[in-house]
Amino acid sequence: MTNLTDTLSNLLRELIKSFKILSRNTMGMIGFIIIVTILFLSFIGPSLWPPEASANVDDINLGVSLKHPLGADFQGQDNLIKVINGGRDIVTIAFITGITATLIAVVVGSTSAFLGGRVDDLIMSLVNIWLTIPKFPLLAVLATVLKLNDVVTLSLLMALLDWPGLSRQVRSQVLSLKRRDYVEAAVMLDLGTPHIIFRELLPNMMSFIAIATINTMTFAIYQQTGLVFLGIVPYSSANWGVMISAAERRGVLYNPQAMWSIIAPMGAIVLFQLGLVSFARSLDEIFNPRLRIGV
Amino acid sequence: MTTVTRPTRFDLLTLWDRLKSNYLLQKIAQAIFVVWFVTSVTFFVVRAMPGNAVDILIQDLTLAGVSPEDARNQASLLIGLDVDKPLPEQYGTYLLNTLRGDLGQSYKSSGLKVSELIVQVLPWTLFSVGLSLMITFTLGIALGAIMAYNRDTWIDHLLSNLAATLDAVSPILIGLLAILLIGVTWKMIPISDMRGAMSPGMKPEFSWDFIADIFMHVRVLLLVYVLSTIGSWMLQMKSSTIATLGEDYVTVARARGLTDARILTAYVGRNATLPLFTRLAISIGFAVGGSVLLETLFTYRGVGFLLAKAILERDYPVMQGVFLITTTAVVFANLLVDFVYGWLDPRIRIAGGEQ
Repeated sequence: MTNLTDTLSNLLRELIKSFKILSRNTMGMIGFIIIVTILFLSFIGPSLWPPEASANVDDINLGVSLKHPLGADFQGQDNLIKVINGGRDIVTIAFITGITATLIAVVVGSTSAFLGGRVDDLIMSLVNIWLTIPKFPLLAVLATVLKLNDVVTLSLLMALLDWPGLSRQVRSQVLSLKRRDYVEAAVMLDLGTPHIIFRELLPNMMSFIAIATINTMTFAIYQQTGLVFLGIVPYSSANWGVMISAAERRGVLYNPQAMWSIIAPMGAIVLFQLGLVSFARSLDEIFNPRLRIGV
Repeated sequence: MTTVTRPTRFDLLTLWDRLKSNYLLQKIAQAIFVVWFVTSVTFFVVRAMPGNAVDILIQDLTLAGVSPEDARNQASLLIGLDVDKPLPEQYGTYLLNTLRGDLGQSYKSSGLKVSELIVQVLPWTLFSVGLSLMITFTLGIALGAIMAYNRDTWIDHLLSNLAATLDAVSPILIGLLAILLIGVTWKMIPISDMRGAMSPGMKPEFSWDFIADIFMHVRVLLLVYVLSTIGSWMLQMKSSTIATLGEDYVTVARARGLTDARILTAYVGRNATLPLFTRLAISIGFAVGGSVLLETLFTYRGVGFLLAKAILERDYPVMQGVFLITTTAVVFANLLVDFVYGWLDPRIRIAGGEQ
């Protein structure tokens, strides 16, 4: 029992420490706040501001006003409420794809680096070959033929297509870490492969892995918006991608008054992607003690 | 007399080792393998998988009132394969057809061959994507070097943040923003100039009018391609240049009193650019992938536009054909890059592969 509370308080202390370091990094902090806000609005927001059921003929394509902070769309529905209700799919897909792809990449990349020799040669040749195939057309064709309609399958398909590039990076990271003194010491002390991987290598790769996950997430957002734009995956009536393509099809781009119904969802996606990237750029400092001497 | 030891065992593994030791052969074999692999995957997806595209076509035709016999015959005609033959035999015919350049017929534009459809649109994509890659590569390298030389000054911070932002935002969003700002809000370029590859009524010919016209139509698309890919080039070039600046031979060159310009062009620039060539592979694929979205947005009638249209109409032979052609094009573009790289950096040819 005391063991558990110890672990928990340790974890809490580590978290508070990480947060303190994060708060010193302006860009990272801004990114973090953006991500948390979007997560909060996307998952809790819909119950606070439920989607409007009917069209409001009086408000069609209205610009920015007090009543509609982000304007109203072609049905007279409030853009802000639509944006709040349209984030869940995008965020979920980004997280599932990012985490799954990174997991596969870490397993394959480190296996390849550890085994070396012909296995390594073969895996890396396959990965290099895979990298030359244009991903997005392949994804578009597969998604059309497979008729993907749910969020989880789509994320898994994207993860399956996206991991190889990452695994090559993981491999080179493991190769360089393997030659460090402390890893060689652990090998000589015969501490066992699991110990070496989980206690020596992974902690030192954490920032790299987190950044890779986040980059995959932004790429997943790009692919998914693209699929919706091409009309391949209309999995839910209201999400940012659907809002953009619906507005684009109605010629909103050429109607300055109605512009807000495309700017609002675009802004949401861009904000989420920028939040992720600026958070990722600061992660290096959080995980790498050498970069924050003096903290 | 010298004794030459030759490998007497000529099994698959020694063949593999020999291939690996020859840079050119290795790259060519790899390219052929990718094209074969992609061809087979498309066959599997379109023909062999349960619930595949051909079965659906036959089902649709039957539902539309065609007798099952006729439906199978029509499908066979369209895809150029006899659907009643066993699958391995169909696969063989399919490979032969593809080698001959016969990609079947379009479902929707009846009677039109897929290969003809592709030949019509391919030049436009080669033109726009090729040009944008060249611009991005040159500009990205220049800006990256500037960032590295002015490390930790305001120029570096400004450009780094700009590059990271551009890198993060999806190409489709940059495209929408470009139309919104340049075409609608600021009215810098008329919207009719952004749509299509050339003015209506313009005939493809070798004249100044035609060339001026296609450049006028491609400029916004080019801008969007460049903006959406340049960020990663800039950041890569920056870190590559910084790494090169720390090399001993640069320090020695400085100590010898060489001018900065000479060091930049002959020592730093050349070596810092090398690793970026390997990135071209991913970059070409990314640009071609982006073309599906951007050509649709700008109604630029290239390969990407054709693919998007085929996807919307569920025109499987066109989808399959376009996918095959784009992948083949990207693979051979990569082969070209590999050759250039091997020529630029002799270390690669000798060591072979990774190092």
